Amino acid sequence: MSDEPQTIALGPTAADNPAAGIDQSSGNFSYDMKYEFDAGSGLNERTVEYISSVKKEAAWLREFRLNALKTFQAKPLPTHWATRDLENINFDKIRYYLSSGQKPKRTWDEVPEDIKRTFERLGIPEQERKFLAGVEAQFDSEAAYSNIKETVAKQGVIFVNSTEALREHPEIFRKWFGKVIPTSDNKFSALNSAVFSGGSFIYVPPGIKVSHPLQAYFRINAENFGQFERTLIIVDEGSEVTYMEGCTAPKFSTATLHSAVVELVALKGAKIQYITVQNWANNVFNLVTKRGLAHEEAEIKWIDCNIGSRLTMKYPGVVLKGRKSRGEVLSIALANDGQHQDTGAKMVHAADETSSNIIAKSISVGQGRSTYRGVVHIPRHLKGCKNNTECDALLINTNSRTDTYPAITVRGDRHAVQHEASVSKVSEEQIFYMKQRGLTEGQAMSLSVNGFINDLARQFPMEYSVELKRLIDLEMEGSVG
Amino acid sequence: MNQTAAETQSHAGAFTPAAFAAHLATQPAAPSWWLERKRAAHGRFLDLPMPRRTDESWRFSNIAGLGLDSRESGAQAPRKARPAPALAATAALAFIDNRLERRGRLSPELARRGVVVTSLAEAAITHGEMLREHFMAQAQRLGSAKFAALHASFVGDGAFIHVPRGVELSEPIVIVHTGSGSPLFPHTLVVAAENSRVTVVDMFLPPGGGGALPLAVGANDLYAAHGASIAYAAVQDWPRETLSFQLNSTVVRRDARVQSLNVHLGARQARHESLSQLQAPGAFSEMLAVTAADGSQEFDQRTLQVHQAPNTKSDLLYKNALQDGARTIFSGLIIVDPDAQKTDAYQSNRNLMLSDDAEANSLPGLEIQANDVRCTHGATTSRIDPEQEFYLRSRGIDATRTSQLLVFGFFEEVLNRLENEDVHAALREMISAKFRDRG
Repeated sequence: MSDEPQTIALGPTAADNPAAGIDQSSGNFSYDMKYEFDAGSGLNERTVEYISSVKKEAAWLREFRLNALKTFQAKPLPTHWATRDLENINFDKIRYYLSSGQKPKRTWDEVPEDIKRTFERLGIPEQERKFLAGVEAQFDSEAAYSNIKETVAKQGVIFVNSTEALREHPEIFRKWFGKVIPTSDNKFSALNSAVFSGGSFIYVPPGIKVSHPLQAYFRINAENFGQFERTLIIVDEGSEVTYMEGCTAPKFSTATLHSAVVELVALKGAKIQYITVQNWANNVFNLVTKRGLAHEEAEIKWIDCNIGSRLTMKYPGVVLKGRKSRGEVLSIALANDGQHQDTGAKMVHAADETSSNIIAKSISVGQGRSTYRGVVHIPRHLKGCKNNTECDALLINTNSRTDTYPAITVRGDRHAVQHEASVSKVSEEQIFYMKQRGLTEGQAMSLSVNGFINDLARQFPMEYSVELKRLIDLEMEGSVG
Repeated sequence: MNQTAAETQSHAGAFTPAAFAAHLATQPAAPSWWLERKRAAHGRFLDLPMPRRTDESWRFSNIAGLGLDSRESGAQAPRKARPAPALAATAALAFIDNRLERRGRLSPELARRGVVVTSLAEAAITHGEMLREHFMAQAQRLGSAKFAALHASFVGDGAFIHVPRGVELSEPIVIVHTGSGSPLFPHTLVVAAENSRVTVVDMFLPPGGGGALPLAVGANDLYAAHGASIAYAAVQDWPRETLSFQLNSTVVRRDARVQSLNVHLGARQARHESLSQLQAPGAFSEMLAVTAADGSQEFDQRTLQVHQAPNTKSDLLYKNALQDGARTIFSGLIIVDPDAQKTDAYQSNRNLMLSDDAEANSLPGLEIQANDVRCTHGATTSRIDPEQEFYLRSRGIDATRTSQLLVFGFFEEVLNRLENEDVHAALREMISAKFRDRG
């Protein structure tokens, strides 16, 4: 191609607007760090005790972690349905805790220079000034920086990391901690429960609509590292919050593990919107459990965008516990060579007149593989539940691959459930039309792919959708010709 | 193998080596290669474990209901089937307790042109090559390898149909199976040669006197050579205590077409597996099913559409109507092999819920490895349309009759795909009978 759109992403423009750090190349750097706290490689009771003591945790939490470790060790890898690539994770080589201190700084000036330059390069401080109500920046195991705008703090909103939350505000957080996603939910939720560190704990008091998004940024800097952040967001009656997370890691020659647990609790009439733009380097195993609990008339919406990683397995879910609650998952996945995006959604209806909506779009480029996996469950003796699921897959190259594995269980005759999926390629007629009007084949392809996800991308905050479009341009570049 | 005797016992149920030896003794005329195959199959049956709860291909199935302990029952029912709707047939075969009981002969004209409608036992002697090539020849990919091996080892007799090159049969070949208490292993093998055309109807009927029938493990192989056309319809109407398996394998060659329609009415727990392999350009497989589930019945349907060559087509439509505490499982997968470009595949599962206690599970899957394809699937689960219901009720039709009419309307979209009017009418009559029995 003659017009080199590459410069768009590599030049200063990328730093201008790295809202999600979504441009992969801009995240591909690392600095040599001297960590004060290092749990070493491998995982056993001593690792867990080390993490717990460094964090000066209460006895119950230490017990919680040690029990979780036993659960993790007892559970087999889920390879009877999941990809065997999971067997390539070497749990003995991973470093489970690395940090330079447990207390995040409240101003960027206090953040140690070498960590600060990482986040400056990713544009986080600038972005915070522009449009965020609060930011937390996690560097390997701990948040290096955490701040919330004064106006928001005055409303009583709490936005801290997991260690601080469980130590300073147990009366608020302990009640729901590990309740939406129990330790034994799956092998990786158990792993997270044993070694978690960092992440965001948020509480929004009743009747508060947080006007600007809260954001967390997750950065892996060290090789052979495992990042296990833990997030719990509780939104009290009638309140609203939008939370966004972004992530990057440098591309090392060895595999890195990221395994988070994210629990959301929306009390009566509350609304939570959770936006993820995942752009890990493509040697990262990204195995994340995300689930929300929606009480009466509450609404939980996951916007989940997966571009990076080697293997992502992530199925954000909503348990619709209260009458008339609503759950939604909007998912975009892009799998390029060497990537497997195994994503989807889980909707468990547990009350009358609950509704859920799943829209998943995936794009497979080159030898990339994208998989949709979903669960919709409507148990006995409920009435008026509705689910709509749409999965569309776009295959760019001849041997790109896509799979769809939904599982829908409906009991009773008072519900309406529909699932539709389609697989297609880019329309040759569209490409021809655009080429006729002077676009190169690459530009035409990008435009067409952007059109495919447009109705979903429109629902993202502007900064994210602009960045997403740009990333797709980049990814599509090598796919034609 | 260091299994304990008890484990072997639980894997084998009533189908132990001793039972197998007794079965072989009933097959004195069989050629040695056939017996050899049966021995190998029984070995596989003994080696393979029973399905487990964590097996993906048995997800949602009632594993506890799969016992194989049913022995020959003492009380023998009268050796005849409950009467079924009459069908004008080219030829007919009736099997009772795995043995050919009656046959309606082919016309001398068709026999002269080389059409063969006979029992597997005879075919093993007269058409050994063809049987060797096509009988249970495809790998079991849908979870029932153990039950397929059980079928192959204990199969006593079955239908063998061969239609030679260019011969077109206008009327169906009708096969009836029933029993009087022993486990049944019905088999139908259809080999349609180049540009031939045939319609085959399998009927699985309850014993005439209402006797017991604990286990039926049936299988059918449909092979459509270049340009051939097979229309296959099966009605499963076993008694309510039967554990039923029906394992289908369809191979479709260049420009050939196979339509298979399964009507599921009977049994306590019925597992149906259907595998269609589209092996050459122009191949088309149409996979249809209607299920009327009531009481505590479980219908467990697993399908696989494999597109192995470019320009092939498959179209699946499975409809379930669920009453009372019935359960259904539909698990379908479309596989498009790399380079099977221009595939056109469709898969649709529709569940009509008529009771608050019924449960429908849908697992419509896709695995696509080529980009220039048209693949879609859909699954819906919903109740009767309240407007249609109101329309009928306001015209004085009672609630029971209203739901029956609407279920028939729901099924008709599938039954209408049958080309043969008589077969259509016969299937509809058998579905009606199930509703009549409910009162």
